[in-house]
Amino acid sequence: MTTELSHLEQIKAASRFLRGGIAEGLADSVTGAIADDDTKLLKFHGSYQQDDRDLREERRRQKLEPAYAFMLRARLPSGVVTPAQWLVFDRIARDYASGSLRITTRQTFQWHGIIKRKLKPTIAAIHDALATTIASCGDVVRNVVSTANPIESSAHAEAYAWATRLSAELEPKTRAYHEIWLDGEQLVGEEAVVEEQEPLYGATYLPRKFKIGLAIPPLNDIDVFTQDLGLITIVEQGVLQGFNIAIGGGMGASHGDATTYPRLASVVGFVTPEQLFGVAEAVIGVQRDWGDRVERKHARLKYTLDHRGLDAFKAELESRLGYALAPARDYRFEHNGDRYGWVEGHDGHWHLTLHIESGRLADVGERRWLSGLRELAQVHAGDFRLTCNQNVIVANVAANERGRIDAIVREYGLDVYAKQSGIRRHAIACVALPTCGLAMAESERYLPTLLPKLEALLARHGLADAPILLRLSGCPNGCSRPYLGEIALVGRGPGRYDLRLGADFIGQRLNQVHRENVDETAILDTLAPLFARYAGERGEGEGFGDFLLRTGILTPVPSRRIPVEVVA
Amino acid sequence: MNSVVVPNLPAVSLDAEKLALLARGLEGLTAAQLYWVAAWAAAQAAQAQRSGPTAVAVATRTSERLTIVYGSQTGNAKRIAEELARRSEAAGLPVRLLRADAYPQRELAQERHLVAVISTQGDGEPPDDARGLFEFIAGKRAPKLPALQFAVLGLGDSSYPQFCVIGRQLDARLAELGGTRFAALGEADVEIEAVAAPWTEQALEQARELLKQAGVPARVTPLHVVPSRSTHSREQPFAATVLANQRIVARDSERDVRHIELSLEGSGLRYEPGDALGVWPRNPPALVDQWLDALRFDGAQEVTHQGRTLTLRQWLEREREITRLNRPFLAALAATSGDGELMRVLQKEQSAEFTALLAADQPIDLLRRHPAIWQPEALVAALRPLAPRLYSIASSPKVVGEEVHLTVAVVEYEAHGSAHWGAASGLLAATDEDGKLPVFIEPNERFRLPADGERDVIMIGPGTGVAPFRAFVQERRESGATGRNWLFFGNRHFSSDFLYQVEWQQALKDGSLHRLDLAFSRDAAHKTYIQRRLREQGAELHAWLKGGAHIYVCGDSTHMARDVHAALIEVIATHGSRSPDEAKAWLAELLQQGRYARDVY
Repeated sequence: MTTELSHLEQIKAASRFLRGGIAEGLADSVTGAIADDDTKLLKFHGSYQQDDRDLREERRRQKLEPAYAFMLRARLPSGVVTPAQWLVFDRIARDYASGSLRITTRQTFQWHGIIKRKLKPTIAAIHDALATTIASCGDVVRNVVSTANPIESSAHAEAYAWATRLSAELEPKTRAYHEIWLDGEQLVGEEAVVEEQEPLYGATYLPRKFKIGLAIPPLNDIDVFTQDLGLITIVEQGVLQGFNIAIGGGMGASHGDATTYPRLASVVGFVTPEQLFGVAEAVIGVQRDWGDRVERKHARLKYTLDHRGLDAFKAELESRLGYALAPARDYRFEHNGDRYGWVEGHDGHWHLTLHIESGRLADVGERRWLSGLRELAQVHAGDFRLTCNQNVIVANVAANERGRIDAIVREYGLDVYAKQSGIRRHAIACVALPTCGLAMAESERYLPTLLPKLEALLARHGLADAPILLRLSGCPNGCSRPYLGEIALVGRGPGRYDLRLGADFIGQRLNQVHRENVDETAILDTLAPLFARYAGERGEGEGFGDFLLRTGILTPVPSRRIPVEVVA
Repeated sequence: MNSVVVPNLPAVSLDAEKLALLARGLEGLTAAQLYWVAAWAAAQAAQAQRSGPTAVAVATRTSERLTIVYGSQTGNAKRIAEELARRSEAAGLPVRLLRADAYPQRELAQERHLVAVISTQGDGEPPDDARGLFEFIAGKRAPKLPALQFAVLGLGDSSYPQFCVIGRQLDARLAELGGTRFAALGEADVEIEAVAAPWTEQALEQARELLKQAGVPARVTPLHVVPSRSTHSREQPFAATVLANQRIVARDSERDVRHIELSLEGSGLRYEPGDALGVWPRNPPALVDQWLDALRFDGAQEVTHQGRTLTLRQWLEREREITRLNRPFLAALAATSGDGELMRVLQKEQSAEFTALLAADQPIDLLRRHPAIWQPEALVAALRPLAPRLYSIASSPKVVGEEVHLTVAVVEYEAHGSAHWGAASGLLAATDEDGKLPVFIEPNERFRLPADGERDVIMIGPGTGVAPFRAFVQERRESGATGRNWLFFGNRHFSSDFLYQVEWQQALKDGSLHRLDLAFSRDAAHKTYIQRRLREQGAELHAWLKGGAHIYVCGDSTHMARDVHAALIEVIATHGSRSPDEAKAWLAELLQQGRYARDVY
């Protein structure tokens, strides 16, 4: 067995706190790319080097390098965006990127198609808008997400504030970001770099990405059990008590490798708000020290837990904290996905959730959603909230402003949610082709083709309004949280997917592979009779996934860790 | 100055110091080593001959022979001068043939019988190899030439406003210096032979008379002619098979540029990096349709011209120039249509209107604009014969063997509401693999890599001007040249128009290219051209030049070559602490020495 550190660990160690050769790579005018090793470091700065895979072969024959461009992702704690920021982000989309803004499944924006020499001005513009991209990717704590409408009570607002603070506290401290992107003063000489400190992360950061999310029951819109560290907010009598701590969630897996699997987080106890930072840092610290730095495929916290044992991990955690975690409190989730339309908050302000298919804001033909949101940003006095289901909330609207907002929403056709089928309102797709380097099959581009076919099948059985969680993913890595879809397609190859079924509607049970590596015809042929039975035999309020298990169409799989293999 | 190559080497004398140096160097060498040195020296001598001037001479006193001097950019003037030399010789005249930069200027005062064949470049400039001699003759230091009998044949293209201006100036200046014309100035247009053949005939006749009067006995002297290894030539092109025809700009590029690979297998054709490939074009059938349509002619009707009978379609497609405007055609059109406006434009030789017309239109546009009743025979007669197009070769035979690679910008655009094409580029672009194209090699002796592989090389080739530098870099890598290679390339967009991007990246990696500076004009709000990079890199550039680097420019002659030239003067002045005039003189010297070479079109 090899014990040599993975290549990425060596890159990190040699990077001088994430500097590497990025600056030199940006200055190299002969290529639109940067050096391979530096692309790994670039992720820590919030950017992935990609290329248009549709053009790869064509350009190779043209003696041209691939059409390199960069994806840039903002770090927007809890997905809050001010109208002023929105206008900047919109301008960036049109001036520097591919003309669209994309809301991610982690409550932030990403831009695609930024060419190398535009990367620096783009990051500078984001910085000027009082936002950042640091640590929105890479082996660090990512953007902390939280339930997207945390303003129903003052306790909600308080919980949201904790999440936002957590996100800020856990940002890397390296000056590299300022040096490279913002013309910040360079620390001079090797000594200065040595003196630089990453008190939490150390020079090699974490073994793998680390996701934190905060949910406020009964809403599980963020899929709290998919987080490395999930916080389940406990509010009693309108007062924030603290958080249940769930650790070791994660979606990623590799096809044909049973040692990799999606795992739902384990609830290990309860912490008060005052204990939150200490506990978060301790969990991160144990993972930093115990996580697998040899085999990246096994580096997420979920594998550390399973390899070392949950009890051992918890014991180490408590030993570092110097106290035992309190027992978890009761909580109850009722809902996944977003609640569309207007909702009134505790303070009399209103919040309007709009459905943005695949989170893609662009002006395409008749549908001018990018312009519509820009116009909203120009008149809106409150703020915007991005959701983990790729939607947007026009938040904190005074009652007398609703009419104005509604008019714009109608003008730009952003009110489609009102007429949409249940499955469309609960569909998530990752970006996949042509930009994502991991994609094996189409996802975002396939959703508009697939949905009408599913809707037609459902409508035939009177299920047009049935809320069903549909998740599309171009690969098994799970950005769209496919393992929690009541129906999920996970890409295997062009036009071929694993069809997974059987998750519940509240993000507490993983689905299972039902048909492996099948095409669209097989997918539809498989689903048609299931929809027929669901229509005829479902109980009151019974979800599609629950139904499949209750009726024995699927056999329950007891374990939290469910290897990616055929179960049906 | 370059020495003249003579069939029988005179006794060579080395001065004592050189001889002593040589002897010291040879001391203690074994017999085998001495033989090696001898062979090496012989190879050096052969090299010097090859890269030296194309010179033919007989050991005759200046007054007793005919001197033929040529200044040639694309090889036409050279071809005609060689032809004249051959025929003079055949006629028994003592003759020497010299490229203009090999002409010993101090001998001008003694010259008695001189023929000059010289072309005019696009914007009214002499060809690079004739700059020095032309400036000498035009300048104050030129000697009086009362005893000189001379004749000038100018070559040019009447599509340009400064038609044959260099020939005219040379002719006038020689007369001004006291010389006497033995043949009137000839002005050959693109259809060279039409003027050159009768002119040569007449000049030869006159020269024979003159030399007879001078009492020169007619005798035949063998010329130093490199035997051609191929039976194929401009007149007898080789049908080369297309091996690859690949677009090398991205799909969103505003232009189409092709990388074309042709097989020369079995042709016996040889080339060196720097040479051009001549391609005999065929006009696009769709364009011929446009002509027939506009003229309401039947393509099948037979037309006889100069004793040859072909269908009109054949004439237009294969025999006549129909994509380029020129003055003779315009004159014929003006006469046939009786269009006063056209006549007026034609009256002034160098009017801006005329220039604009040539730049903006193809013949088809004028046919449509000025409808006229043509006779098919008159139309064919009014059009020039189709001429071959020359493309700088983009490959080194050391790397590609019996192949030749081209980089071709496809001329195809919309204007006046209809499609327009170029003659050869369209044909090249449309010829798929296994198709055949009639080609020949057009050597370009003025555009050669330094024989000394230790020399640094600076290459400036924006757009398809980069073609010969692909050949250069291949050649230098393959021949193990140790000098550094620096390429300046520019085009419109980085993402779509970076010709051979992957190959340059590879060359940088494997060390066969040392520096690559780029300018993409349409990527930023302000257009950036390659000249700017030259200025930015001025200090380094000057250091390379000072260290003996050769510098090459290839591409557009109308703007780029002129702007690059100006930038080089500025760089040399700024970083060499020279006045602009000194910088200019130094650059002219480099040109003269062949260290600054241009292949511009």
